[in-house]
Amino acid sequence: MSTARYVEHVMGMPISLALRGRHTDDDAAHEAWAAVMNRLRAVDLVFSTYRDDSYITRLGRGEIGLDECPPEVPEVLALGEQARRDSTGAFDVWRDGLDPSGVVKGWAADRAADHLRALPDTDFCLSAGGDLVCRTLDPYGRPWRIGVEHPHDPDRIIAVVPVTTGAVATSGTAHRGEHIVDARTGRAPAAVASVTVVGESLTWADIDATAAYAHGPDAAEWLRTRVGRSGLVVWEDGSSTVVDGYRLP
Amino acid sequence: MKRIVFWLLSTATVVVLLFGYHTSTSGAMTAESSAIAPANGTAGTTGTAGSGSSSGSTGTTASGKTYTGPVADTRWGNVQVQITVADGKVTAVSVPQQPNGNGRDREINARAVPILVQETLSAQSSDIDMVSGATVTSDGYVQSLQGALDEAGL
Repeated sequence: MSTARYVEHVMGMPISLALRGRHTDDDAAHEAWAAVMNRLRAVDLVFSTYRDDSYITRLGRGEIGLDECPPEVPEVLALGEQARRDSTGAFDVWRDGLDPSGVVKGWAADRAADHLRALPDTDFCLSAGGDLVCRTLDPYGRPWRIGVEHPHDPDRIIAVVPVTTGAVATSGTAHRGEHIVDARTGRAPAAVASVTVVGESLTWADIDATAAYAHGPDAAEWLRTRVGRSGLVVWEDGSSTVVDGYRLP
Repeated sequence: MKRIVFWLLSTATVVVLLFGYHTSTSGAMTAESSAIAPANGTAGTTGTAGSGSSSGSTGTTASGKTYTGPVADTRWGNVQVQITVADGKVTAVSVPQQPNGNGRDREINARAVPILVQETLSAQSSDIDMVSGATVTSDGYVQSLQGALDEAGL
C-alpha cells in the first residue's frame, strides 16, 4: 500500500503526516491536512508563551481573566491541574508563571487529528514535533512503526514501537529551550535522559511523558503506576528500562 | 479422551499465544537485528483459554479421527482448534474459529510496548514510519531522521 507524506512547520516544530488507504493524495486528503494545520495554527495563537499577545501570555501576566479567554484555555488548565495531582506535584503548569506547553502540544495534535479520523477507509500517522497519534483501521494490518530517537544521539533510534491505533510521546532535554523541571524542587530531573510513553490518547501520553521525566530517578516507577500506558525510559548513563504498563483486567 | 482434551486445551493456549504475539508485535518481527524486549509479556498469561462452554466434539474421516475443541473465549476473541488423529498421532491441526478484529484487540494494540533495537540500527534499515523524540524541532529538521523519512516519502 502506498503511503503519502506531508510536512509543514508550526510552533517551531515539524508536523509530519503519513496517510495510507483510500484518501492519500486527493481533495479529501488535502482538505483534511489543511484543516489539521489550521487548527494547530489557531492553537498557537491562543497558547504560545512566545507571543506577547497570546491569551495565555496575557492571562499569565494577569492582564485578562479566564472568563475573557476562549473555552480551550480552561480546558487545558483543567488538564494541567489533573496532571499536577496525578504526578503528585512533579508536573505543574503554574511553576514560574503560567506555562502550559507541556499539556498543549499533545492535546492540540490529538484534537487536530479529528480531521484525519473523519477520513473514511484511511489510516494515518500524525507527528507533532515527535509526539504522534496513529490509526490503523484493520487491527491485523501493518502497524505504524515508530522509531524512538536516541536521546544521546538523535541520528539513531533506540527502540521501535509497532502501533496500530494509539499514541506515542517522548519528553526529554533540549526541547527548543523548554526546560522540564521537577516542580517540587525546581531543579532539572536527575538520572533520566528521555521518557517515551505509549497510550491510547496523545493528550495523556504527552502529559505522562513529561510528568514521568520530571520524576527523574523515579521515572520508570511512576510510569508503572499509570494504567493503560507502556513506555521506555532511557537513563543518563545510556541504559534503558521498558515499562509494560499493560494490566490484565 | 481426557488426555486429548487436555492436549486440545494446551493447543488452544499455544494458538492464543501465537495470535497474541502476532497482534502485539506484527511487523516488528522483520526488524532483523532487534533484540526483543519483553514483547507484551501478558500474552503468556491468558488464563481464559479453554474456558468456553461447549466441550468439543469428535468425528471420523478417512484420514483419521477429528477432535474439535471447545470454543475458548480469549482476550482476542473466540478461538477453536480442531485436530485430526490417525494411528495415535496428530496429523492435522486447524483453527475453525479465529479471533476477529474486535474492540478488545484494538485496545491491546494501543498499548504496544517499545522493542529495543541494537544501537547500530539506523532509520533506513529498520523500516520505520515516524520518529518520536524530544528533539524533533524545526531547527534541526532537515538533517533529522524524521526529515529523511518525509523526504524519502515511503
